[in-house]
Amino acid sequence: MDSFTPSTSRHHSDASSPPEDSRAHQPPGRVSFLKNLDYSVVQQCMHCGLCLATCPTYTATKVERHSPRGRISLMRSIADDRLKVSRTFGEEMYFCLGCLACVTACPAGVNYAELFEHARAEVEASGVLANPSRNLIRYFAIRWLFMDHSRLQLLGAGLRLYQQLGFQTLVRWSGVLRLFPKRLQELESITPDIQPDFSDDLIAPVLPARGVRRFRVAMLTGCAQDLIFSNINLDTVEVLTRNGCDVITPPSQHCCGSLHAHNGEWDLAAKLARKQIDQFPPENFDAIITNAGGCGSHLKHYSKFLGNDPAYRDRARLWDQKVKDIHEWLVQIGIEPPTREKSNSGESPRVVTYHESCHLAHGQKITSQPRKILQMIPGLKIVDLPESSWCCGSAGVYNIVQPEMAGQLLDRKLSHIRSTGADTVATGNPGCLLQLVNGARQQGWSLRVVHPVTLLAEAYRR
Amino acid sequence: MTCSPELLSGLRSAVSPGDVLLEPEDLIPYSFDGTAALQQMPLAVVFARTASQVAQILLLAGRTKTPVVTRGSGTGLSGGSLPSPGALVLCLAKMDKVLEVDRANLTLLAEAGATTLQIADAAAAAGLFYPPDPGSMKISTIGGNVSENSGGLRGLKYGITRSYVMGLEVVLPDGEILWTGNKCVKDVAGYSLRDLFIGSEGTLGVITKVLLKLIPPPAAKKTMVATYAQMDQAAQTVSDIIAAKIIPCTLEFLDRTTIRCVEDFAKVGLPDCEALLLMETDGHPAQVAEEALEMEQIARRNGALDVRVARDDAEANRLATARRSAFSALARVAPTTILEDATVPRSELAHMIRFVNSVATKHNLRIGTFGHMGDGNLHPTFLTDERNTAEMHRIEEAFREIFTEAIRLGGTITGEHGIGVSKKSFLPKFAGNAQMRVMRELRRALDPQGILNPGKMFD
Repeated sequence: MDSFTPSTSRHHSDASSPPEDSRAHQPPGRVSFLKNLDYSVVQQCMHCGLCLATCPTYTATKVERHSPRGRISLMRSIADDRLKVSRTFGEEMYFCLGCLACVTACPAGVNYAELFEHARAEVEASGVLANPSRNLIRYFAIRWLFMDHSRLQLLGAGLRLYQQLGFQTLVRWSGVLRLFPKRLQELESITPDIQPDFSDDLIAPVLPARGVRRFRVAMLTGCAQDLIFSNINLDTVEVLTRNGCDVITPPSQHCCGSLHAHNGEWDLAAKLARKQIDQFPPENFDAIITNAGGCGSHLKHYSKFLGNDPAYRDRARLWDQKVKDIHEWLVQIGIEPPTREKSNSGESPRVVTYHESCHLAHGQKITSQPRKILQMIPGLKIVDLPESSWCCGSAGVYNIVQPEMAGQLLDRKLSHIRSTGADTVATGNPGCLLQLVNGARQQGWSLRVVHPVTLLAEAYRR
Repeated sequence: MTCSPELLSGLRSAVSPGDVLLEPEDLIPYSFDGTAALQQMPLAVVFARTASQVAQILLLAGRTKTPVVTRGSGTGLSGGSLPSPGALVLCLAKMDKVLEVDRANLTLLAEAGATTLQIADAAAAAGLFYPPDPGSMKISTIGGNVSENSGGLRGLKYGITRSYVMGLEVVLPDGEILWTGNKCVKDVAGYSLRDLFIGSEGTLGVITKVLLKLIPPPAAKKTMVATYAQMDQAAQTVSDIIAAKIIPCTLEFLDRTTIRCVEDFAKVGLPDCEALLLMETDGHPAQVAEEALEMEQIARRNGALDVRVARDDAEANRLATARRSAFSALARVAPTTILEDATVPRSELAHMIRFVNSVATKHNLRIGTFGHMGDGNLHPTFLTDERNTAEMHRIEEAFREIFTEAIRLGGTITGEHGIGVSKKSFLPKFAGNAQMRVMRELRRALDPQGILNPGKMFD
């Protein structure tokens, strides 16, 4: 084949599962997550390019580096020792949304989620992106704030005070923020409204099923969900008890660790996974329910992080089987259809469209169930959203760290929602809910952004 | 190898700074295309947004003796857009506009980087139809399709890319911008340069705009899946359908390995069987009904285990989309999938399929075969691991035998993927001395310095 060379030279020994805590204790730069990854995962991409059209960052830039195929080629180059982990590589791994649309598109079955998590862990272990302010923010958010939910609740309570006492209105009205850097102004403008009550105040630790008891389930209240959407947690619990589930909601829950896993902090992710399993012994429940698409996608893979821990390995496997997204669970058990109130039967239906959370659609392959639930609700007209499974730009903390690309994706999403003529958009993930609320607010648009479960709970209440 | 200062400053003055890529992290993703087991780092990547930028870049390349490899989305399967050593990759993916749909003349004008799907959608939005549908149509660019003269699933009835190209804007290696063809159905003025550039694999000029013919869409269509216990029966069904003077829109074939991989990915309910035919007829509703019935009867006469008719358009589309994923889906069972597209006259199809299987057995190779059975265009795909050098050698030997047999039967070494690097060594034997001489002279006349895609197709 003339001067064109075959692409690989290296033989790899067999599989390795994700590193356990021991790796985190090695000095930074010595650990290669990508080289230790089973080579068949690295090699699986046959670079046909069919992922390109569904990648939001490639479509926006038309630059191969910003595509799944391009990123995988960089990861493989590192695994093959043909490229060093560089700052550019690090930035690229954080320019990826991690939306996993490429996983749905890939006929070859490339495990991009695995590659992506390994690549980010590699970036963090190498320290190529380290700088004092990033280190401080990461330390504060990942190692401190999200490791203990009471800290997050304290922060939430502080923010709530700021909002309730009118400081936020005052600050926004006075324009004093103009004295601060632009990024801070932007951040202030997307600060979510904190709920007057957190989940612990709203939901009793044990709620019996209404009517015949069919199942015993545990309810995960989440972190952001608990502060900003505790009402959705309440709606979820109501819907569950209504459909024959005893619901156990322990107070003082922990973060699921998805933030940590997606940001290259596997040891912390493993630590949080153990805490979860301790708090929710999986053998005690028929299902462990989450209503946040992003969390669910991580929650179902604890055995990936605890696979080498003899004390937790088996329970982690059981845990993975028991975790169910709320939509998935409701359709699985079959629910009581809400009835239409007679006096309202003459009203014109509300037009609702459905935006798919990436990690619900691509991460968990849950696409039909939320739509089935919406379709059961009387008085709603469900219309299709073009590009419904295209990322809205929220993507965990992506909208904070990559505001420009996130903004482009939000505009794209909102214009599609507008094109449907819907006055309500339903979506099953707190990140998406927040992103769409902020986007609609910035456009001065009174779009209602709501979790499908809330619409169901409302229908039951009528 | 690094960019010379002259080349670099020239590129930076020709295009905006963000459109020149030099870092290894930017170049590695352009060091391959859709072809297995080939990799070559480019010198730099440059994005052009206009034909005049392309002209400046080619002039600069000529001055600095820099090879130029034109690229769209990099989905090619013969190494056509693989960088030549020391080459500048000229990427047209940002020239992606559909410029005009002319309903009065049934034409569409697009920039070279527009995707095939964009074009099909723009045509459909105007109530018209652009039939060529290569497997990668979701992302492949029209410039790439024209350069490789791509085929697709509908080739049997509707022809290939060439059948729809009415005009081209081409930038020549000396920087001159040439327009060939027009909106006239008839035009015999001079040599058809347009036809020369179609399928020229980026060796004669850089295609920047494409004028395409559109047709009215068929009023009705019917899609069927026939399953078989033996491959021969599927092949015989195809021969009998053609002999019955039916030209279906699609007659696609999948073997057991391919069926399993496709089903694993697409979950469209394909049964587990030895061979499967995806058949589609389209046109006037009455004719479609009649042909579908006849095709079903022919399939059953040839021992089909089952013939299933798609319920609606959505299911038909799912089946076609699943079929388009076949090549990539085969990568589920092996890390390296090497496919070819040897094509034989339809009458030789059953023989050729048997021959391919015997070659695979002889060389102890795993194979998945699928393809466009209706036009004799097979895609035998060897399932391997590129790190297994012994097996890679056996595959090369197997292909040599398959190509030799294809030529012996009056077929061709490539039906739709092009020569590129992969089939370069087989071209002289296939084309013969006279054709090779004319091709070399043509190439030298248009590209005397040899800067366009050197090392591809022939030296």
